[in-house]
Amino acid sequence: MNTIRKNDLLLIGLGIVVFAVLQGMMTEGLIGAFWKLNIFIICINIILSASLNLINGYTGQFSLGHAGFMAVGAYVGVVLTTNFHWPFLLALVAGGAAAALLGCLIGLPTLRLNGDYLAIATLGLGEIIRIVIMNIQYVGGAAGFTGIPHLTTFPWVFFVMLFTLIVVKNFVNSTHGRACIAIRENEIAAEAMGVNTTKYKVIAFTIGAAFAGVAGGLFAHCFYIINPSSFTFMQSFNYLIMVVMGGLGSLTGSIAGAFVVTFISAALASWPEFRMIIYALALILLMFYRPQGLFGYIELTQIGIIQRLKLKGGHK
Amino acid sequence: MGTMLQIDDINVYYGAIHAIKGISLKVDQGEIVTLIGANGAGKSTTLRTISGLLKPKSGKITFEGKNIAGLPAHAIVKAGISQVPEGRRIFANMTVQENLDLGAYARQDTDGVAKDLKVVFERFPRLLERKNQEAGTLSGGEQQMLAMGRALMSRPRLLLLDEPSMGLAPLLIKEIFSIIQDINQTGTTILLVEQNANMALSIANRAYVLETGRITLSGEAQKLAASEDVRKAYLGG
Repeated sequence: MNTIRKNDLLLIGLGIVVFAVLQGMMTEGLIGAFWKLNIFIICINIILSASLNLINGYTGQFSLGHAGFMAVGAYVGVVLTTNFHWPFLLALVAGGAAAALLGCLIGLPTLRLNGDYLAIATLGLGEIIRIVIMNIQYVGGAAGFTGIPHLTTFPWVFFVMLFTLIVVKNFVNSTHGRACIAIRENEIAAEAMGVNTTKYKVIAFTIGAAFAGVAGGLFAHCFYIINPSSFTFMQSFNYLIMVVMGGLGSLTGSIAGAFVVTFISAALASWPEFRMIIYALALILLMFYRPQGLFGYIELTQIGIIQRLKLKGGHK
Repeated sequence: MGTMLQIDDINVYYGAIHAIKGISLKVDQGEIVTLIGANGAGKSTTLRTISGLLKPKSGKITFEGKNIAGLPAHAIVKAGISQVPEGRRIFANMTVQENLDLGAYARQDTDGVAKDLKVVFERFPRLLERKNQEAGTLSGGEQQMLAMGRALMSRPRLLLLDEPSMGLAPLLIKEIFSIIQDINQTGTTILLVEQNANMALSIANRAYVLETGRITLSGEAQKLAASEDVRKAYLGG
């Protein structure tokens, strides 16, 4: 218990330092509008990849519906702030809650499916959500929802991201988290050990969906308009790529994956014709030489060199 | 001694396939009971039905006076039945210690768990040596020991063993079976499913012979081992 709290404080401390540096650079004008927006997107993508990692990486349930949950959170959020003038925080929470509720309702029947079947079911779910939204005139249909107040600021995205990381980290290190990892490792053995596998799959799915919803709310309030085409299954694949690239079952991996993927696509924005080629090439090379992802099941703090440095420090 | 587990006329299906056709059996407290029979006779299916991994279509399973037929597996573990699954099914990417910790997943008493961990390490000294090793890197015999130790961590009153001899060298099989006897002597009732009928009959009190989903013979293990029919069919003459 003590070590968990100590680690949390360390994470929060580190977060505040990073936040101060970035915020300072933004006010000083060292970071232009383009990169500022990309830092927002990186933070939002970290929320999405960390929450997807909880479902795909830690619990081992192959879900492809993350963009759908994000869309639910985004639309619920913008309707509440724009039409009902709710405070931003409440709108974000409501969006997350709506996505979580949907995740729980959908999870109960679909999580009885395994592997490929679950992937197909969640892929379909994401598309259904998008098409339903496209046909609701109240939120603008295919043309999109306009006139959204620009509420997302750097402190918002940064601290929601930090909060997400702390929640996910503590969840996976708890008894509940170990139950989820046991399901990933061997579902039958986990059940034989007394783990209620359906319950934990649904819990992981619901928490993941909730944070995707919150991320959707943050995303929507970055721009003045959102439309359903921002939440296609290609988006879900994108988040999956971040998770796999960073390493399934590694939270630091999710951060690295979100950072690298977003950074590459932003850095290559000026060369749109090469962008997808380089992107695809990077993925092929990664899967060839490091199929377990950049971090693959381990956290940054568990990597040999850092452990050795710690040990050396201890001897002195 | 009282009856611990009583199975009355259960029927289990895999889709349209009628795998268990009205099996009834009982296990008394303190016994070792074995189910023997050929491939596909329904031995593992019976075990998996008891532990809740499969649901019977009809029939009653009574454990210590309560009907447990159709309960989910995690509730049955809490009731006091623990299974060592066929093919061991250890958590390969976790350490030996983490595997054992998960065995105690359904328990709340931290002190009792720590005590039982000690007992398991005393019983399987090799697991203590390899405590921090990934379970997937253990040898077959060590993995079987880990699977048994993990099942014991839930402090079961009834232990279900599914083919503990599978894929092990003869010398190791002997060791595993003497450990099974040892576990039984410290007060755990055992229901054992085995293809190695010779070994199983040598340590069991009673036995049931299964053939294509039905019980064809039952009785004291020693008598069955001596019977002409069983010798011919399962013991190699």
